[in-house]
Amino acid sequence: MTAGWDAEATVPRRFDLRDLDALVQALHDAGHRVLGPVRRDDAIEIGEIAGTDDLPVGWGDEQAPGRYRLRARSDRARFGFATTASGWKAVLHPPHVALWRAERVNGRTVFVSAVPAAERQALVGVRPCELAAMDKLGRVLTGAVVPDPVFSARRSAAFVVAVVCTEAAPTCFCPSMGTGPGLPDASRAADLVVTEVVEGDGDPWYLVRAPTEAGAVVLDGLGAPATADDERVADRRVAANARHMERRLPTRPLAAALAEARTDEARWQALGERCLTCGNCTAVCPTCFCTTMVDGSSLDGSVAWRDRTWDSCFSLEFTHMVGGPTRVSPGARYRHWITHKLSSWFDQYGESGCVGCGRCITWCPVGIDIRDEAAAVVRAGSVNGSGGSS
Amino acid sequence: MTGLVPDVWRVVARHDEAPAVVTLDLAPAAGRPPPFRPAQVNMLCLPGVGEVPISVSSDPQQPAWRSHTIRAAGPVTSALWALGPGDDVGVRGPYGTSWECEAAEGCDVVMVAGGIGLAPLRSALMTVARHRNRYDRVLLLVGACTPADVIFAADFERWRTRDIDVRVTVDHADASWTGPVGLVTDLLAAVEIGESRTAVWMCGPDRMMQTVGAAVVGRGVAAPCVRLALERNMCCAVALCGHCQLGPLLVCRDGPVVTYDRVAAFYAVAEV
Repeated sequence: MTAGWDAEATVPRRFDLRDLDALVQALHDAGHRVLGPVRRDDAIEIGEIAGTDDLPVGWGDEQAPGRYRLRARSDRARFGFATTASGWKAVLHPPHVALWRAERVNGRTVFVSAVPAAERQALVGVRPCELAAMDKLGRVLTGAVVPDPVFSARRSAAFVVAVVCTEAAPTCFCPSMGTGPGLPDASRAADLVVTEVVEGDGDPWYLVRAPTEAGAVVLDGLGAPATADDERVADRRVAANARHMERRLPTRPLAAALAEARTDEARWQALGERCLTCGNCTAVCPTCFCTTMVDGSSLDGSVAWRDRTWDSCFSLEFTHMVGGPTRVSPGARYRHWITHKLSSWFDQYGESGCVGCGRCITWCPVGIDIRDEAAAVVRAGSVNGSGGSS
Repeated sequence: MTGLVPDVWRVVARHDEAPAVVTLDLAPAAGRPPPFRPAQVNMLCLPGVGEVPISVSSDPQQPAWRSHTIRAAGPVTSALWALGPGDDVGVRGPYGTSWECEAAEGCDVVMVAGGIGLAPLRSALMTVARHRNRYDRVLLLVGACTPADVIFAADFERWRTRDIDVRVTVDHADASWTGPVGLVTDLLAAVEIGESRTAVWMCGPDRMMQTVGAAVVGRGVAAPCVRLALERNMCCAVALCGHCQLGPLLVCRDGPVVTYDRVAAFYAVAEV
């Protein structure tokens, strides 16, 4: 960012759909692979978009513990859903990457990096909770002993168009985590910040702000200057949405209560009776970063490789050592997941590992609700004064 | 991609220590090995087979090669065990924390090892032996399964000449064994421990370290002076993969050596 450039001085723009199309085109023209929400497999997922017609026009979502359905809307909203089914994690921290190849050359071993160069990608429709998740992933992966070359390159090459939330699913709890539904004015995490305003059953209009210079460059010449009224209308939608999200996750004194509750065997055993250890929550969680290595070789042994895939702390292999896995019972595995996410993440990275997107609630096949479990731990802690009942 | 792609090293020598336990001396195919601190870990890789964390078991002052003492237990360690001079091994590291031998200068040092757990203490023993006058009493308590499982026995005599009190016990004796039979914790019970200025370094099964930690703290050693080397499933070794967590610890980043006060509470919880 050049010195002297001032985000505050950039006037927000008002877009109609043509302008939004022009924005997508401009991102293509700038050499980006443009990704956004698309309707696929009876869900709203992330895919390549050529223009705004590829967005899920007139589709919303219904989310509840263990339940997800598409819902036809009466309007033509493009971002009229709460969250994409899977998140943006897969784009920046791919489920499967090649790390290196090894070959025998004149009888000796040669290792060569197989990490592909990062494409320039434009991420359109990133929710504020997802933006917070990218930030948290960055602290974990870029801040590691060896910075992850895959995430770091992809994140820094990404052009991010955030779309703040004017509607929420019952599973959403971003206000509890301080990650949404809007973005603070000072946030520079996205290059453009969009509010979709639906009025009646026609096409929506968009308020577009440019918090970064890269965003301002793209925004230049698109749409019309927004009026103060436009800004007020758009911002009110976001504020109203925040008020409507009633279900909370208690954040204080949750971290300490959870750490104490590690010894509450009965609680985790009971959870283990419900948890199927399927790992859905870790797959859809936008901050679950765990991976494992997969080794392979050609049949004649002349070529070998090492890939990296997502892993889940719910698998038995996750803690495998010579003597067997450390965490065997489903309850112990669930305890690790929730305690890491909401408690030891503070010890490791100075913040919570949860952004309040609610995907772990929606995609849990038995509908375990992290808000209920966290509240129960806090309740038990305040009753016992120790956080645990054992 | 420094850090995730291994460098090519070669086996320069192998020393059979015990049944299924070998020490491989490894040297980079090009250049000198990087410096390491006692208890730090290298990731040893055999392409197509896998990668395992192995602590360096040689003298930090040795300029040309690094020893790694390996017990054949799973597929990767079994394949490593089968290597001989001239074979290639992928190596990245060293990673993690150390015993911090300098911090214990002026103190009594009690080292407790269970089985292959002696390997990450060997480089510390060599360091302490070199600077023996900087330490007060130095004891090494070793527990092994049988007399045949005792590793580094040839070193014991050398260390004894440097006024290191080496005591060895076995779980199961044979006709050749004249030493004590029992757990390493029994050896500890017979040792006089000064309450102040004592450092305890240990490596062995979790159960051993839990028992020893509680015992020495109970006998007045300050918990932060008690250090142990943890073993967990260390998959990436650089705090990227999440596998090796123990409570708030990322063992590859915050360990393998941690002070007892940081893990005592977790040892009390099953399956943590």
